[in-house]
Amino acid sequence: MIRRRQDWAGYAFLLPWFGGMVFMVVPFFASLYLAFTDYDLLTPPRWAGLANFREMAGDVKLHQSLKVTFVYTLVSVPASLAVALAVAIVLDRGVRGLAIYRSIYYLPSLLGGSVAIVMLWRYLFGYDGIVNDFLSWFGIAGPAWTTDPDHALTTLILLHVWTFGAPMVIFLAGLRQIPAMYYEAAGMDGASTWRQFRSITLPLLSPIIFFNLVQALIASFQTFTQGYVLSNGSGGPADSTLFYNLYLYQKGFAEFDMGYASSMAWLLLIIIAGFTAINFLAARYWVFYDN
Amino acid sequence: MSLTLTRTPQAPSAAPPAARRTRPRFLRHVLLSGVGVVMMYPLLWMISSSVKPSDSVFTDESLWPAVFDFGNYARGWTALSEPFEVYLVNSLIIVTLSIVGNLLSCSLAAYAFARLRFTGRRLFFAMMLGTMMLPGHVLVVPQYVMFDRLGWLNTYYPLLVPHFLATNGFYIFLMVQFMRSLPQELDDAARIDGCGPFRTFWKVVMPLCLPAFATTAIFTFISVWNEFFSPLLYLTDPQLYTVPLAVRQFMDSEGQSRWGEMFAMSFVSLAPVIGFFIAGQKYLVRGIATTGLR
Repeated sequence: MIRRRQDWAGYAFLLPWFGGMVFMVVPFFASLYLAFTDYDLLTPPRWAGLANFREMAGDVKLHQSLKVTFVYTLVSVPASLAVALAVAIVLDRGVRGLAIYRSIYYLPSLLGGSVAIVMLWRYLFGYDGIVNDFLSWFGIAGPAWTTDPDHALTTLILLHVWTFGAPMVIFLAGLRQIPAMYYEAAGMDGASTWRQFRSITLPLLSPIIFFNLVQALIASFQTFTQGYVLSNGSGGPADSTLFYNLYLYQKGFAEFDMGYASSMAWLLLIIIAGFTAINFLAARYWVFYDN
Repeated sequence: MSLTLTRTPQAPSAAPPAARRTRPRFLRHVLLSGVGVVMMYPLLWMISSSVKPSDSVFTDESLWPAVFDFGNYARGWTALSEPFEVYLVNSLIIVTLSIVGNLLSCSLAAYAFARLRFTGRRLFFAMMLGTMMLPGHVLVVPQYVMFDRLGWLNTYYPLLVPHFLATNGFYIFLMVQFMRSLPQELDDAARIDGCGPFRTFWKVVMPLCLPAFATTAIFTFISVWNEFFSPLLYLTDPQLYTVPLAVRQFMDSEGQSRWGEMFAMSFVSLAPVIGFFIAGQKYLVRGIATTGLR
């Protein structure tokens, strides 16, 4: 009796969520179907077999966009996590004014994805921008960062590192969970600071580092706004900020080649799934679970 | 017992410790403040540039403007096709309804997962966790087609409806964690007193979840306020534009060198986020620490 009543109530509470799942599950499979079609939104999709994927194999712009996305992700994610961890460890050692430092470091991570900040970045790193002014104090003539294909992506990597505050807060919370007596015991046994970091901090923090790594990689592979705003939609200069999702957007919503855009979406999904799987497999060797 | 042990096993001489401790401490503050300056400088430069005459933005290097031009705000306000309050109101409507939607739909789902027993609960919960890792870009094309068929292009429905359907697993997860920390006896007592699940949820659990709701509301505010991709995709009528879409338009008028106005409106677009951050820091830090939201 009671059991059935609870079933009914559970489903009633989940009603909006079931609706949301329809909003996600149906498009998920629809996108898989569209990946094998030729579709321009106006005429019904036409089955094209593997044609889209064959086209992708020879699409130079697509390869460029993969390169941009990989370089960006593989540099900026480890760099920002490393900075976040380093700063969190320094803050965790008990600093007067901890709350103020934490706020100052955290605020940029709330603003980093906004249009206004990416636009600001264009001017900070402009030819006569403040970054080059600063470099000129040391006699360095900086490049025209955002209009030079060799440096445009660097500015966005630096923007990503600037938002290290979010993982830093998570690391700080994790560091707080490590009992102080571990360090006291290690100190008594004569372990150096580095040794304490390697043998206490890293293993005990590894589940949190792992979690941050997985989330940051998934998010970073999908970067769009930074490339779009910095290049005003083009992915330039010379496709140097053509992020994968920016190219997908151009294909799908400027050229209305939605079949191709869907194939692209699935390729990225497979790449992300692959990276996540590798992460989970590698986790066995370095992530330490207490229980 | 809090023994503070120095790293060297032999006892250090009595006098130096104070001096020895203050020097690294001082150095640490220098280092941390230095990082702080780097973190804050872009924002300060933006604010400073917003009150400089446009032609001195790149020549007057000092943070404190040699000449102030507050007129940037007035001119920037009316520089785009609509006066800026139109965009602010649009964004405010979307943000407010998104918050309401997330709070209602996610708390209902969270209560089911945290407290009710029903067939398939584990499976559904696993699915919910799965959607948290599902990259949203895979859904974009079919969702666009679907919203097009529904005649929803150039309306706010594509931006709002997902929030009323509990599509953000992070918020559900946050609330589930919070509800699990509440004593089960509360629910039991309410049931014995004759409350059904809905009354228990509405009268007993909801009021206790306010901290989790505050976290959800603030995160929703910041992410929806900054959201660029969906409005770009679904809104083409400038009268419907949100603040980020409006600010981006300043780049199209780049040739006219109206930098002061651009930075003025950029700052207007960030000010609500900064305000919410200052007001809701406690909830943000707590939320980010429990779920890893960013």
